[in-house]
Amino acid sequence: MPRIDLPAATGLWCVLGYLGLAGLAVAAGRSRVATSLIYGGALAVALVALGAALTCFLTSGPPWTLVLPIGLPGIGAWFRVDALSAFFLVVVNLGAAVTSLYALGYGRHEEAPARVLPFYAAFLAGMNLVVFADDAFTFLLAWEFMSLTSWAIVLARHRDPANSCAAFIYLVMAGFGTLCLLMGFGLLAGPASGYAFDTIRFASHTPFAATLAVLLALLGAGSKAGLVPLHVWLPLAHPAAPSHVSALLSGVMTKVGIYGFIRIALDIAGPPNPWLGLLVLTLGGITAATGVLHALMQHDLKRLLAYHTVENIGIIFIGLGLTLAFRAGGKNVLAALALTAALFHVFNHLVYKSLLFFGAGAVLTATGERDMERLGGLIHRMPQTALAFLIGCTAISALPPLNGFVSEWLTFQAILVSPELPQWGLKLTVPAVGVLLAFSAVLAAACFVKAFGVTFLGRPRSPAAIAAGEVDTLSLTAMFLLAAICFLAGVLPGFIIDALSPVTVMLTGGMMPHQATMPWMSIVPIAENRSSYNGLIILTFLIVCGTVVAMMIHRFATRATRRSAIWDCGFPLDAPQTQYGSASFAMPIRRVFGAVVFDVHETVGDMPQPGEIRAGSFRLRVLDPVWRLAYWPIARAVAAVSSRLNRMQSQQIPIYVTQYVTLLLCTLIVLLVAVAIWR
Amino acid sequence: MALIVDLFMQSVQMALVVAVAPAVVGVTRKVKARLLRRIGAPVLQPYRDLWKLMHKEAVLAHNASWVYQSAPYVVFAITWIAAALVPTYATGLLFSWSADLIAIVALLGSARFTLALASMDVGTAFGGLGASREMMIASLVEPTMLLIVFTVAMVAGTTQLSAAATVFSSGSEGLPVSLAIAFLFVAIAENARIPIDNPATHLELTMVHEAMVLEYSGRHLALIEAASALKLVLYFSLIVCLFAPFGIAGSAGGLSEYTIGIGAYLVKLFVLATLLPVGETCVAKLRVFRYPLFAGGAFAAAVLVVFLLFVSKGP
Repeated sequence: MPRIDLPAATGLWCVLGYLGLAGLAVAAGRSRVATSLIYGGALAVALVALGAALTCFLTSGPPWTLVLPIGLPGIGAWFRVDALSAFFLVVVNLGAAVTSLYALGYGRHEEAPARVLPFYAAFLAGMNLVVFADDAFTFLLAWEFMSLTSWAIVLARHRDPANSCAAFIYLVMAGFGTLCLLMGFGLLAGPASGYAFDTIRFASHTPFAATLAVLLALLGAGSKAGLVPLHVWLPLAHPAAPSHVSALLSGVMTKVGIYGFIRIALDIAGPPNPWLGLLVLTLGGITAATGVLHALMQHDLKRLLAYHTVENIGIIFIGLGLTLAFRAGGKNVLAALALTAALFHVFNHLVYKSLLFFGAGAVLTATGERDMERLGGLIHRMPQTALAFLIGCTAISALPPLNGFVSEWLTFQAILVSPELPQWGLKLTVPAVGVLLAFSAVLAAACFVKAFGVTFLGRPRSPAAIAAGEVDTLSLTAMFLLAAICFLAGVLPGFIIDALSPVTVMLTGGMMPHQATMPWMSIVPIAENRSSYNGLIILTFLIVCGTVVAMMIHRFATRATRRSAIWDCGFPLDAPQTQYGSASFAMPIRRVFGAVVFDVHETVGDMPQPGEIRAGSFRLRVLDPVWRLAYWPIARAVAAVSSRLNRMQSQQIPIYVTQYVTLLLCTLIVLLVAVAIWR
Repeated sequence: MALIVDLFMQSVQMALVVAVAPAVVGVTRKVKARLLRRIGAPVLQPYRDLWKLMHKEAVLAHNASWVYQSAPYVVFAITWIAAALVPTYATGLLFSWSADLIAIVALLGSARFTLALASMDVGTAFGGLGASREMMIASLVEPTMLLIVFTVAMVAGTTQLSAAATVFSSGSEGLPVSLAIAFLFVAIAENARIPIDNPATHLELTMVHEAMVLEYSGRHLALIEAASALKLVLYFSLIVCLFAPFGIAGSAGGLSEYTIGIGAYLVKLFVLATLLPVGETCVAKLRVFRYPLFAGGAFAAAVLVVFLLFVSKGP
C-alpha cells in the first residue's frame, strides 16, 4: 500500500503558508508591491498544495491522520486526509491557484488592496482547514474562520450601503449555519463521548439522533452552499466582493459547504434514512429550478452568476439525495453512480463558474459596468475575453461536448434507474425531480444566451461599452486555462470518474464500472447496453462534419460577401435601446412563470398617447418571494419583540425589578417542568 | 475490413439523411398546398431553393462578428451529427452508441443555443425576440421530453436508441399511444410548426424561428434552411424508431435487409411528411402566451404514461 504521509503533511504546511501570507499582507500594508507579492505567494503555495492534494487523490492509500497538541487542552486538533478530503483539497487549491493567477492581473485595479489581501490569504487557509479537520471542534473553528474572513472581504467596499447590507445578511446567515452545525455535532458527539470524527463514526447513534443531526447538517451546510430557502444571502454577498473573490465564494466556498454535508450525512452519521434522501432530493430539485429562474431575471451580470450558483448547488444536492436514497435501499453501485455525478458536478461547477466570474470581472475592469442593460457589442472590443466567456457559457448550459453536460448526464442516468428503489414515495418523486432538472437545464441555456448575447453581442448600449478594451494577459491566461479544463473534462470524463472511485468506495461501498477499459474511451454508467456517451467522438464528429460542410460550401457556393447596414425587416432603428435587452429577453419566461415563482411588481408610470412622441415610463421589480414568505416575517417578529423588551427597560425602577423577577420565576418554572418531563 | 464496412454503413446514413431532408420538406409543402386547393411548388423545389441561395452573395451587417458567420456551419454540423446517431434504416451502426437519447436531445440544445446567440449578434429587435421565444418554448417542452426518455428507459431498459429500437421491433414490448401524442406535440414545438410557429410566414409578429434567422442570406441561409429540414427528418426518424420500428435492419444484416430497411424508412418518412400538413391544416396558430397550454397537454399525457406504467408494473 502506498503511503500519502509526505504529500498530506505538505498540504497541511501549506495552510501555514497561507496564514504566513496573511500576516505578511498585514505587515506589507499599503506598499506598492504588496498586491503582486501576496497573489504571487498565494499562487506558489496553492500550486504546491494542489500538487500535494493531487498526489493524495490519485494515490489510493490508507487515510493519513495527525493529532496536534493545539486547540482545546487535552483534546488537541485532529487532522486527516482520506479520499473524500483529498478530492475537496484538489477543488479548493485548484480554485485558489487559478484565482491567484487571475488576481495577479486583476488585483491591480483594486482601490484598497489592504482591505482585501490579508483576508484573501486567510480565507484560503480557512477553506483548506475545514477540509483537513477531523474533529468537530477543529471543523467548527475552521468553518467559522472561513465565514468571518470571507465576510471581511465582502465588506471590502463598505462605503456602498448595498455592500454593507449584503455583508450583514451574510453574517447572520453564517451564524445561523454554524449554530445548526454546532447542534448537529452535539447530537453526534454526545453519545459518542468524543469530538473526533473517528469516535463519532464508530459510535452507535439512535436513528432519531442521527436523522436529526443530518437534518441540522442540511440546514448548516445548506445555508453555506445556498440551498433554497437559505440562499438569500448568496446573490447579495457574492457579487459584492471583488470579482476574483466572487469566483472563490461561488466556485469554492459553496463546495466546502457541500463537503461538510457529505462528511456528516454520508460518513460519520451512520446508515442513512431513505426519507432523508427524499427530502434532500426534493430540496435539490426546487433549488435548481428556482435558482435558474431567478438568475434569468437578473440584469446585474455578477448577480446573475451568483443566482446561477444556486441552481448548480441544487443539481449537486439532487445527486446527493439520490446517493442517500440508493444507499439506504442497499443499491451500492447506483449510489456510487449518483455520488460520482454529484462530485463531478462539484468539479465542473468550480471550473466554469470561476471562468465566468473572471469574465465578469474583466468586463467590469474594461467598462466599469455590471449592468447588462448598459453593455453590448463587447465581442469586437474584447475578443479573447468573449471567446473564453462563451466557452464557459456553453459548459455551464450543459451542452455537449463540454464538461457540464457529462455530470448532468450522469445525474440523469441516476434518475433513470430510480424505479429500482423500493419505496413508492421515492419512485414517484424522482421522476418529478428529473423533470425539474430537465427544466432547469434548458433555462440555464436560456440564461446564458441572455448573459452572453446581451453583454458581448449586439450593439453597445453605453459610451463605456464603446470605449472598452481587452484585459491583461495574466487574467486571460487564467480564463483560457479554465476553458481548456472545460474541454478536457468534457471529452475525457472517464479519467475523472475512475479517479473518483476510491471516494465512492469509501462512502457507499460501491463503484461505477471501470471506465478506462471501455472501448473508444466512452463512459458507461451502469452497463454498455443500457447507456453510454462519448464526448471525444462527438467532438471529432463535430470537427469533421464542420470541416466537410465548410469545404463543400466553399467548393459549390459562391464566396461573395457584402457588408451592409442591418436589414431588420427594412426598418432598422438606430438607437441601441431598440435591441432586445436583459429584461425583454426574460419577459416571456417571466410572464409564463411569474405568478408562481416571482413577486413581480410592474408599474406603468407616465404613458404617452398613441401617436405622441415622448418617453413613457415603466417600472419593473422582480423579487424573491422567500423574503416575503420567510425572512421579513422573522425580521418583523424580532423587531416587535425587541421593541417590547426595550419598553420594559425604560420603566421606573420598582416596576422594572418586579417584572424582571417575574420573568426570572417564569423561566425557572418552565425549565423545571421541562426537566421533570425529561426525567 | 469489418471496420471499413461499419464506417461505410454509417456514412450511408449520414448521406441519406442529408439527401432526403429537402425532399421531405418538399412533400410537406406540396401536401399543404393541395389541402389549401393550391397547386403548390414541385416536390423538388427545396433543392432548387438551396442551390439558388448558395449562389447568391451573402450580405452581412457591418457589426456581424464571427459568431454570426460561423453559427450556420455549427448548427448544420450539430444537427447532422444528431441525425446520424438516430437509427434510421439499421440498428447498431458504428457510432450509434456514442450518444444516447438524452445526448441527442442535448445536441439539439447545442444547435438551438448557437442559433439563438447568432440571432442576437447584430443587435436587432427581431433577433432577440426570436431567441427569447425559442428558449421559452424549449423550456416548456423539455420536461415532457425527459418523461419520454424516462418511459423509454423503463420499458426498454435502455436509453440507447439502437438497443431500444431492437427491443421495440421485436414486438415484445411497446410504448403506449399517449406517449406518441406527447412526443408529437414536442416534435411540433421543436420544429417550429403550426400551432406553435408558422414556417411559411415572414413579417409577422408571431414568428419565432424565422425571426431568429431574419438577417441571414446567401450560403448562410442555405445552411440554416438545410439544418431545419434535417431537424424535421431527425424528429421523424425518432418517431419511427421509437413507435414504428418495423422493417429496420439488425446489426448483422445482409444487403437485402439493408435495402428493405432503407425502403421502409423512406416510406415511413413519406407517410409522416403527408400527415404533418394534414394536422397543420386542421388547427390555427396559437397566440404566444397560449403555448403553455399546448405544452401542458403534452406534459399531462406523458405524466399519465409514467404513472400508469408504475401502476401496471407493480411493486
